Amino acid sequence: MEKRKFDVAIIGAGGAGMRAALQLSTAGYKVAVLSKVFPTRSHTVAAQGGITAALGNVTEDNWLWHMYDTVKGSDYLGDQDAIEYMCRMGPQVVYEMEHFGLPFSRLENGKIYQRPFGGQSRNFGGDQATRTCAAADRTGHAMLHTLYQRNIQAKTHFFVEFLAIDLVRDAEGRVLGVVALDMEKGEPLLIEARATLLATGGAGRIFQASTNAFINTGDGLGMASRAGIPLEDMEFWQFHPTGVMGAGVLISEGVRGEGGYLVNGAGERFMERYAPHARDLAGRDVVARAIAIEIHEGRGCGPHKDHVLLKLDHIGRDEILDKLPGIREIALKFAHVDPLEAPIPVVPTAHYMMGGIPTHYRGQVVVPARTGPEEAVPGLYAIGECACVSVHGANRLGGNSLLDLLVFGQAAAEHIVEFLKENPTSPPIPKEGPDLALARLARWDRREGTERVADVYRDMQGIMQSHCGVFRRAEVLEEGIAKLEEARQRLDRAAIDDHSKVFNTARVEALELENLMEVAFATIRSAAARTESRGAHARDDYPERDDRNWLKHTLAHGDGTIDYKPVRLKPLTVPSFPPKTRTY
Amino acid sequence: MRFSIYRFDPDADASPYMKDYDLALEAGDMMLLDALILIKAQDDSLSLRKSCREGVCGSDAMNINGKNGLACITPLSSLKEPIELRPLPGLPVIRDLVVDMEPFFKQYRSIKPYLINNDPPPETERLQSPQERAELDGLYECILCACCTTSCPSFWWNPDKFVGPAGLLQAWRFIADTRDQATSERLDDLEDPYRLFRCHGIMNCVDACPKGLNPTEAIGKIKGMMVRRTV
Ligand SMILES: Cc1cc2nc3c(=O)[nH]c(=O)nc-3n(C[C@H](O)[C@H](O)[C@H](O)COP(=O)(O)OP(=O)(O)OC[C@H]3O[C@@H](n4cnc5c(N)ncnc54)[C@H](O)[C@@H]3O)c2cc1C
Ligand code: SF4
Ligand code: SF4
Ligand code: FES
Repeated sequence: MEKRKFDVAIIGAGGAGMRAALQLSTAGYKVAVLSKVFPTRSHTVAAQGGITAALGNVTEDNWLWHMYDTVKGSDYLGDQDAIEYMCRMGPQVVYEMEHFGLPFSRLENGKIYQRPFGGQSRNFGGDQATRTCAAADRTGHAMLHTLYQRNIQAKTHFFVEFLAIDLVRDAEGRVLGVVALDMEKGEPLLIEARATLLATGGAGRIFQASTNAFINTGDGLGMASRAGIPLEDMEFWQFHPTGVMGAGVLISEGVRGEGGYLVNGAGERFMERYAPHARDLAGRDVVARAIAIEIHEGRGCGPHKDHVLLKLDHIGRDEILDKLPGIREIALKFAHVDPLEAPIPVVPTAHYMMGGIPTHYRGQVVVPARTGPEEAVPGLYAIGECACVSVHGANRLGGNSLLDLLVFGQAAAEHIVEFLKENPTSPPIPKEGPDLALARLARWDRREGTERVADVYRDMQGIMQSHCGVFRRAEVLEEGIAKLEEARQRLDRAAIDDHSKVFNTARVEALELENLMEVAFATIRSAAARTESRGAHARDDYPERDDRNWLKHTLAHGDGTIDYKPVRLKPLTVPSFPPKTRTY
Repeated sequence: MRFSIYRFDPDADASPYMKDYDLALEAGDMMLLDALILIKAQDDSLSLRKSCREGVCGSDAMNINGKNGLACITPLSSLKEPIELRPLPGLPVIRDLVVDMEPFFKQYRSIKPYLINNDPPPETERLQSPQERAELDGLYECILCACCTTSCPSFWWNPDKFVGPAGLLQAWRFIADTRDQATSERLDDLEDPYRLFRCHGIMNCVDACPKGLNPTEAIGKIKGMMVRRTV
């Protein structure tokens, strides 16, 4: 097997991976960035609405208010040390992106344009704030391209179309690198690194209807889980209120930020009933549930009463063309309506994974320890959507993910620099280090099989969609677990027809499905175990939040067992925001 | 519906061939990519790239009935049967619909696609008026799909010397940015019989761009600026 050696291996070239790479390359380290797609094809490119930071360009603002909103938005499950760090660093990382060249939209005075987003307030729950910085409705695209461009300048070493298969660990549990598949050649490559950073993004493809790209298959979570690391808070999935009916493509919350609103079949602006104060800009979990209830109770739109409408024509032609041009393009193509004239049919659609690989606020992966509450895995870091820091807790606020990529991309890079200084050499890779990865690859060389990957893939998505959606209850979840178990056994019996070495996408998809399975199991098991409703996790049979028993993070192990760990209620420097009833 | 798809696996095939597939379906609201996924469920050996399925990542550019485009935003109903699919022209084929994009990206990297500004950064943002920022509209949205460049005859003949429409569009994106200070270096770099001046204004690129961008106009602006600085 071919071998390469770097100071740091970064798996993932989305916003998170490339922000960290930039920092490390600029600091003079040898950095390998692996990505299964060309960097600018990473899913960060699809982010529309913007990045939240308390710049105060439009209305007076303060990072503490942002922190309060984020803690409340998380339904008090977020770790307040990490939330403080993120909100405090927000303005700095956004200005830095501007200096890097990100083409933000501008206000008349030349400053960065900001728009209101859901769950944002001034003065700890007061009036709506205007906090989300935007490049029209293509903020993720602008950010991802800018980061790639800076990495070209910094001469970061990219391994494009290399699929990471598994981590390499030694007997002491140190992470020493990763085995990847060179997709073009079909050969494995061992990358030896003193530090390895997972930045593999989300896993929204566990659901049938998802705003996520095909590549969002939770590979980093699968790798972590197979390496014995539990996954945190996997029951918390954000269903975005406004995915295009049928297609699943996202319509940004920025539309409601610019003044758009939702109406039901009776033409009623129903959010006024659910969130009298914030209305359409309440937390996403609140809006998604409201839509689900409207549809469930027969107040949906269309012949099948199976969606609601997002009205925005009143915003005005010029504003739409200037601030929401991408949304118009999507509506024309995927909903066949021109939002300048007609409303867009939308439904709640799986969107964002709040859970992930457990880390502390400087990016190091942490696991339950033999002695203390938790300890770091030496040499392993995780950032971005695949990680759970946890700043989003039980419900993420819009615009906080792009922020999380930058803040923790930078923080992890800084910690890695310290780690590299303390660890000038890496221990040798044990002979059997790459075995796990090579066995996974060899498994798909098998020619006999009775099942097809595409069928199992589709069925898994159907199971998750109908058994672990917006509303959950015990019987439905348990039945889902049984069905998923069956699907996993079918996957064991599956084979692919394509056995070519060259750019074999059938093999890639089979390997991705194995990762999705890990994620789906962790999700549905964690959901069945949590007998309360909090943020995006809504149980019909346990409709209340239960802080006495459940103010804690779930840790789902690959073997099916579940642990918990306390929420960090203590911020770094400011007083804590204690749990309160959450209303908008 | 009938599809005729270019197939070539260097591991197994001596030469490329066209393979026919039939799908029993109504075009309805489906996009071409949806149909390709159904075909791939039948024959998993068909290789193509895909990711966002909404026209923003640039993965699934291909030659569709003779014209370059993105499968994910090409409605099936807009296509005449049999639907003929080939890899993007002018780039080496790796397999089936997957081409080696490196010659394209190499040209992109050659124009120094990053903001150059040597002043110490201020504590907050650099200011830019909405009008100045509007100069970047129609430029920064490029998704690097290569539909334009691989439809350009000048690029086919000189892929190693001519920057091509996508790269030149980005060169103009940085020249047009009021925050960038490297205009004259950027112009010097393009003042070359090949890098810029191989463009003969054939406009294939404009026609091919699935994002509605206009590389020819950007190229014209760069040329105009060069003329102005020599007089
Ligand atoms: C449609 C949409 C719109 C959104 N809009 C917003 C918004 O406006 N504001 C906001 O804050 N958030 C938004 N979000 C959320 C946010 O965009 C994502 O959470 C974020 O971009 C994820 O970034 P990332 O860097 O973690 O991962 P990604 O950008 O998803 O990148 C993952 C990277 O990992 C690589 N990778 C994965 N697996 C492997 C493997 N096995 N081997 C090698 N490489 C691998 C991929 O190639 C890719 O480079 C949106 C999300 C969606 C889906
Ligand atoms: S206008 Fe120039 S760049 Fe565009 S296709 Fe013609 S020759 Fe190529
Ligand atoms: S200019 Fe258009 S066609 Fe060319 S690479 Fe960019 S998006 Fe694609
Ligand atoms: S799949 Fe992303 S552009 Fe078509």
